[in-house]
Amino acid sequence: MQATTSKVRSDASPLAGKRPKHAREELRGRIYIYFCVLLMIVTIFSIVYFIASRGLAPFFSGDVGIGDMLLGQTWRPEGAPAAFGAFPFLFGSFATSLLAAIISAPLGFCASIFMTEIMPKFGRTALQPAIELLAGIPSVVYGFVGLSVVVPFLRNNFPGQGIGILAGAIVLSIMILPTITTIATDSLRSLPHGLKEGSYALGATRWQTISRIVLPTTLPSLLTGVVLGIARAFGEALAVQMVIGNAPVIPHSLFESATTLTSVITLEMGNTTSGSLHNNALWSLALMLLIMTFLFVFVVRMLERRTKR
Amino acid sequence: MIEIENLELYYGSFQALRHVNLSVPERSVTAFIGPSGCGKSTLLRTLNRMNDAIAGVRIEGKVEIQGRNIYAQDMQIEELRKRVGMVFQQPNPFPKSIYDNVAYGPRLHGKTKKADLDALVEKSLRSASLWNEVKDVLKKSAMSLSGGQQQRLCIARALAVEPDVLLMDESTSALDPISTTKIEELTRELCKDYTIVMVTHNMHQAARISDRTVFFLNGEVVEAADTQALFSSPKDQRTEDYISGRFG
Ligand SMILES: Nc1ncnc2c1ncn2[C@@H]1O[C@H](COP(=O)(O)OP(=O)(O)OP(=O)(O)O)[C@@H](O)[C@H]1O
Ligand SMILES: [Mg+2]
Repeated sequence: MQATTSKVRSDASPLAGKRPKHAREELRGRIYIYFCVLLMIVTIFSIVYFIASRGLAPFFSGDVGIGDMLLGQTWRPEGAPAAFGAFPFLFGSFATSLLAAIISAPLGFCASIFMTEIMPKFGRTALQPAIELLAGIPSVVYGFVGLSVVVPFLRNNFPGQGIGILAGAIVLSIMILPTITTIATDSLRSLPHGLKEGSYALGATRWQTISRIVLPTTLPSLLTGVVLGIARAFGEALAVQMVIGNAPVIPHSLFESATTLTSVITLEMGNTTSGSLHNNALWSLALMLLIMTFLFVFVVRMLERRTKR
Repeated sequence: MIEIENLELYYGSFQALRHVNLSVPERSVTAFIGPSGCGKSTLLRTLNRMNDAIAGVRIEGKVEIQGRNIYAQDMQIEELRKRVGMVFQQPNPFPKSIYDNVAYGPRLHGKTKKADLDALVEKSLRSASLWNEVKDVLKKSAMSLSGGQQQRLCIARALAVEPDVLLMDESTSALDPISTTKIEELTRELCKDYTIVMVTHNMHQAARISDRTVFFLNGEVVEAADTQALFSSPKDQRTEDYISGRFG
């Protein structure tokens, strides 16, 4: 359809003689783009296929039941009999990332309100670059800082050794702060100016306008940022692994060691041979991470749909 | 009612209003006309101090509303805006229900009893001649209304805080002819109870609905007179040129 119209138009134009060259260029560009898209789709599908085939192998071979893995509490991959209960890892991953979001979300919201509503100039020139810088720091540095600042602080002020769930959550909360803040700031900035003016014109104070108009209107976008932050925290391995203690148990308090899906994978992957049951069980953990990521993406999509309405 | 004396307004180094002296009578419609950029919106927005939020604005002179200098130190800006409502060019309802839009202002100012709010919402919607169209869908989102209904909702929202003055900045320019007529009729109705100051680009509109008309040029008041007089026998050559369509 589009091809016909452009043909008609170029035939009618005085530049009609140039058409073959345009057409060739057009074709070249189109082939290039299709190739890139195809490559991307193939890559994504092969990754998913690979993880799924390895990760599902322990269940198909009958060595491990799905329920045993999801709910079992003992992880003894090389023992006799071997046990592959991943519940403590799931628990650790959820606990650290949700706690991180609980710490980070209020900070991020406040920072973005400050940057957009209260001191836009200072926010744009100083605070925003500083927060974006946080996003660029490698996770090993976060882990290191966590180990040498957060852990000693917790050890000196609370029961336990300092390492544990809370230490992991604190480190993660700083790592996801840029995600939450940047998305919140963008959505606050894109709020139609007329809405705020309408509120002020009715005699609202700045705080009334923020709490009754700005926050409720942008809530879905704010939550999108939080979900993306949780997704990032869920997938982070190194920094958490350095401060969480890596004990495959369900902790009884915030100050006890625990571990996460990602920590287990990175710590044990090197000690297994490809194709072994232990190795495949680690792929099952990876599959759980993948499924969680899909879930997070799904939630974000739902929130975006609400924003558009 | 509104007395403006020797008002000068600067955006940074640019002077947008020069030596404005003007008085606006109570319970009447006053229209500001003039070419684009001559300072009509700026003057309108000094009346409820909406310019305060713009960085670099400097204001000299005196603006009195009901005998009180609104730029005095002890003037509470929220208190002022409660008495001087505003309707904007683009309808800007909040993304809430129709009811919550109208109840927004009263709630801000401490009215929370449901019965009071219900009565006030109905009264305001009636005054904005929107009640019959929305009385069964008060819980529906204000975003589902048409542009003209949204603008009347914004008028109702402004009336709900029971102001004395209503400022309207080209409030019909984004609307279709039928909605425009509705709002013009509404304006005539409302001026029995409120003092209305409106900006318009449409001289016919000014002639149709205003009692007094003020003609601006480059930040100055060129002529302010009864609408009849201004349009039939303008005193200033520039006014005559403008209303006869020779520039602007
Ligand atoms: N926030 C601002 N910062 C700097 N200059 C401004 C600002 N707002 C308006 N001005 C300038 O002040 C002058 C008057 O603007 P104003 O908006 O009052 O004009 P207007 O008469 O309402 O025009 P229009 O009919 O196009 O709405 C214009 O020259 C404009 O460029
Ligand atoms: Mg204007």
